[in-house]
Amino acid sequence: MTKLTDLTIAGARDGLNNSDFSATELAEAYIQAIDAGGDLNAYITATPDVALDRARASDDRRAKDAPLGAMDGIPIAMKDLFCTEGVLTTAGSHILDGFVPPYESTVSANLRSAGAVMLGKTNLDEFAMGSANITSYFGPVKNPWKAQSGPLVGKDLVPGGSSGGSAAAVAGGLAMAATGTDTGGSIRQPASFCGIVGLKPTYGRCSRWGVVAFASSLDQAGPMTRTVQDAAIMLGAMAGHDPKDSTSAPVAVPDFEAALNGDVKGLTIGVPKEYKMDAMDPEIQALWDQGIAWLQAAGCTIKEVSLPHTKYALAAYYIVAPAEASANLARYDGVRYGLRVAGDSLDDMYMNTRGEGFGDEVQRRILIGTYALSSGYYDAYYIKAQKVRTLIANDFKTAFEKVDAILTPTAPSAAFALGERQDDPLAMYLNDVFTVPTSLAGLPGISLPAGLNGAGLPLGLQVIGRAFDEATVLNVAGALETAACFHALPGTDKGAAS
Amino acid sequence: MSYVIKGETCDWEVVIGLEVHCQVISRSKLFSGASTAFGAEANTQVSLVDAAMPGMLPVINEQCVRQAIKTGLGLKAQINTRSVFARKNYFYADLPQGYQISQADQPIVGPGTIILDMPDGTTRNIGIERLHLEQDAGKSLHDQDPKRSFIDLNRTGVALMEVVSDPDMRSPEEAGAYLRKMRSIVRYLETCDGNMDQGSMRCDVNVSVRPVGSTELRTRAETKNVNSVRFAMQAIEFEAARQVGVYDGGGEVVQETRLFDAQKGETRSMRSKEHAHDYRYFPDPDLLPLVFDQALIDEIRASLPELPDQRKDRYINTFGLSPYDAGVLVADKDTAVYYETVAQGRDPKLAANWVISNLFAMLKGHGVAIADSPVSAAHLSKLLGLIADETISGRIAKDVFEIMVESGDDPEKIVAEKGLRQITDSGAIEAAVDAAIAAGTKQVEQYRGGNEKILGWFVGQVMKATQGKANPGQVNKLLKDKLNG
Repeated sequence: MTKLTDLTIAGARDGLNNSDFSATELAEAYIQAIDAGGDLNAYITATPDVALDRARASDDRRAKDAPLGAMDGIPIAMKDLFCTEGVLTTAGSHILDGFVPPYESTVSANLRSAGAVMLGKTNLDEFAMGSANITSYFGPVKNPWKAQSGPLVGKDLVPGGSSGGSAAAVAGGLAMAATGTDTGGSIRQPASFCGIVGLKPTYGRCSRWGVVAFASSLDQAGPMTRTVQDAAIMLGAMAGHDPKDSTSAPVAVPDFEAALNGDVKGLTIGVPKEYKMDAMDPEIQALWDQGIAWLQAAGCTIKEVSLPHTKYALAAYYIVAPAEASANLARYDGVRYGLRVAGDSLDDMYMNTRGEGFGDEVQRRILIGTYALSSGYYDAYYIKAQKVRTLIANDFKTAFEKVDAILTPTAPSAAFALGERQDDPLAMYLNDVFTVPTSLAGLPGISLPAGLNGAGLPLGLQVIGRAFDEATVLNVAGALETAACFHALPGTDKGAAS
Repeated sequence: MSYVIKGETCDWEVVIGLEVHCQVISRSKLFSGASTAFGAEANTQVSLVDAAMPGMLPVINEQCVRQAIKTGLGLKAQINTRSVFARKNYFYADLPQGYQISQADQPIVGPGTIILDMPDGTTRNIGIERLHLEQDAGKSLHDQDPKRSFIDLNRTGVALMEVVSDPDMRSPEEAGAYLRKMRSIVRYLETCDGNMDQGSMRCDVNVSVRPVGSTELRTRAETKNVNSVRFAMQAIEFEAARQVGVYDGGGEVVQETRLFDAQKGETRSMRSKEHAHDYRYFPDPDLLPLVFDQALIDEIRASLPELPDQRKDRYINTFGLSPYDAGVLVADKDTAVYYETVAQGRDPKLAANWVISNLFAMLKGHGVAIADSPVSAAHLSKLLGLIADETISGRIAKDVFEIMVESGDDPEKIVAEKGLRQITDSGAIEAAVDAAIAAGTKQVEQYRGGNEKILGWFVGQVMKATQGKANPGQVNKLLKDKLNG
């Protein structure tokens, strides 16, 4: 039998329904794994007591033949950006020192009502700002994968970011699935780096209420799982209209798992020519070509599409996101909660608190955002960036008149070594070059593991869909998953675990 | 009656624009469900949203939107079916979010007009530039502890309407009339209680000066948070004189924010333009644009009460009142309602005179509002009825009114109990007239010699003899008949 910590949500659901094991046993297995896997630094706060309480409650429901659904008893990790009632919530930052929310975010509450068992709060880049999980106040997260050959052998690798703790936990057997949030690629890029599935839903699909805000017009919660089917199951439990979030969409949540039929015959898949960059890693290009071939074989028509404003996306993103962040993070002022470093005046207290409480990357983005919104620069930066954003959204709109989904690589590289690119923020920002346009357009995108590079590290492909058409995105991803037959686990040779 | 300031080299006029913050009457705050009730214990009316806890999001309160539309209609203004909330960024301890949610370039209400009723009975039209919705800040308490400041967030997030006028006013009197009219309109509409002393209506005063005859707009200074009509007028007077002094001295007025010191009656510099905040306005990404359809505006328009301007027209056209009297009576809704009760079935002009002279003087003397008047409108109306049917004379009525003020009694009861019923028995009056003529041989001679004013002496004698109860008309007629005859 497969180890309990290797199971998928779908597999665990069957096992629980067949009484092969209990939710409590599942939770205990993961609690042990988390204890043993501390080296990854995937969790900021483990919550074994909460997990066992909820697992027992789940077992009680099953004993009464009244489980809450597919997620009942499933042990998951919660990115530490979701406020959780009575449980320390840090956003990876020192500034929220000791902050225990008296409320539960809508998404984590939805998962809880679906019976999910919270194992703990996962590490992340500070305020979700980063692509390598190296900006957390609680230290970097290590990718459970190790290079098998080449210059990276023996080195610790980054898990990607900002949802690096969630990705490492799911890949490293420390959670069956995890929540993530994605602002410019923070679910998809770490999913790609860690060889798991990460879905950023359409903006407005999941409520932002109770999620510590980074950039309000871009932030979106989504599932990080081991399979496409698991992503469909978990998204169903997370999503839904929330009157407490004015930007949450009043649209019905379809049964994503039921819509996952593996049939993609007749779909038209777009391949954007602007994503073929000069100096593209040949292994990434090869994987992309492979993905195209798989979909062709599955009966899809492939069509080249043009997204002409792609080259402006990263620049626009790094105006819009920091601008919103500069205002969103103004509330961390030492007055009401979290860290306070005293000073001789109110201004001194602000400067001391925010100077000590925020790390370099967060301070850098607050400065960029403040500058972009300043009088005299606003039109040149913020307004221009918003115009670019509209153009990018229109690019996708035009493309989706001809195609049903778009296939791209998720990231321009595989995981890199901890410590690399650390002093070069611009090089770091390039990690999100394939994921940011989707975020700016508010569209759903999924990353699924599709192969390993020469060094034995996972690479992801991204499927992008129309707004609120996660069903098609999942279905195409499912077809690719089947074709890719990716069963590799960290530290093993390709296919060794299958 | 133009307001001119004599300078050393020329005459100056003052240019005034006002920004009035009106606290919206609503049960809960602009973006949260917390209560807005005044006077609760500190920090007991604070939601997670108001305290800006991490991950909290604003949700617009429909009632506040309706109140803003209603006020916009009351200001004869354009209502924008699409408006946008923006963040106004600045740090202060009583501003938990680190920004105020306000409206910048796309407010809910556009240009409108407010009509001022000036003391000479004329009117002046003042342009309204816009009205927008925004959150109020909390309160910092600096006097509770020698070292620390305390913060009360009860007021945080309460809805305000900021009404910005065009720079159309030219004297402190016009600014005062503007504030009173604004207060009158929002009270009629029940969108703001207009209580400046409680801070539910506050005013920022923008003042500049220019040579008479010039049309330029010179640099203005803004005096913040003035909390009474009188203070606003004082601040303008002081500012205008100060600025003329600056120009006379060869200086330039600088754009700055000033504070009004009510004790000294002067304004003081608070921060100059160099230290001015850069508020970094941008559309709030937590909120969608505020969009509603024309049907909502139509529905609110249909439910509007009669407003002071309409009421004033009605008083002039159907009651025949002078524009001045009509303006005075409609300014306060309570007064208008009181007046209309008094005037019911009575001569509307007589009713207006009684309310404006006798009643107002009495209320002022007692220092009470019309709502707490010791004389009810129904009783005053009855009193006028007693005059009309000649039960008492106008003169006796004044005595009865005094007793009504003291006792709160029904005038009919007072007249009956005190035996004040007018003497209309011509026999009794004639006897008194004859007695007066007989007693005043000298006066008779003077009268017949052409001094008609002496008639008053005879009337006085008759009234004295009848304790003022003789019908004055009859007395006059009889006296004239007899003296001329």
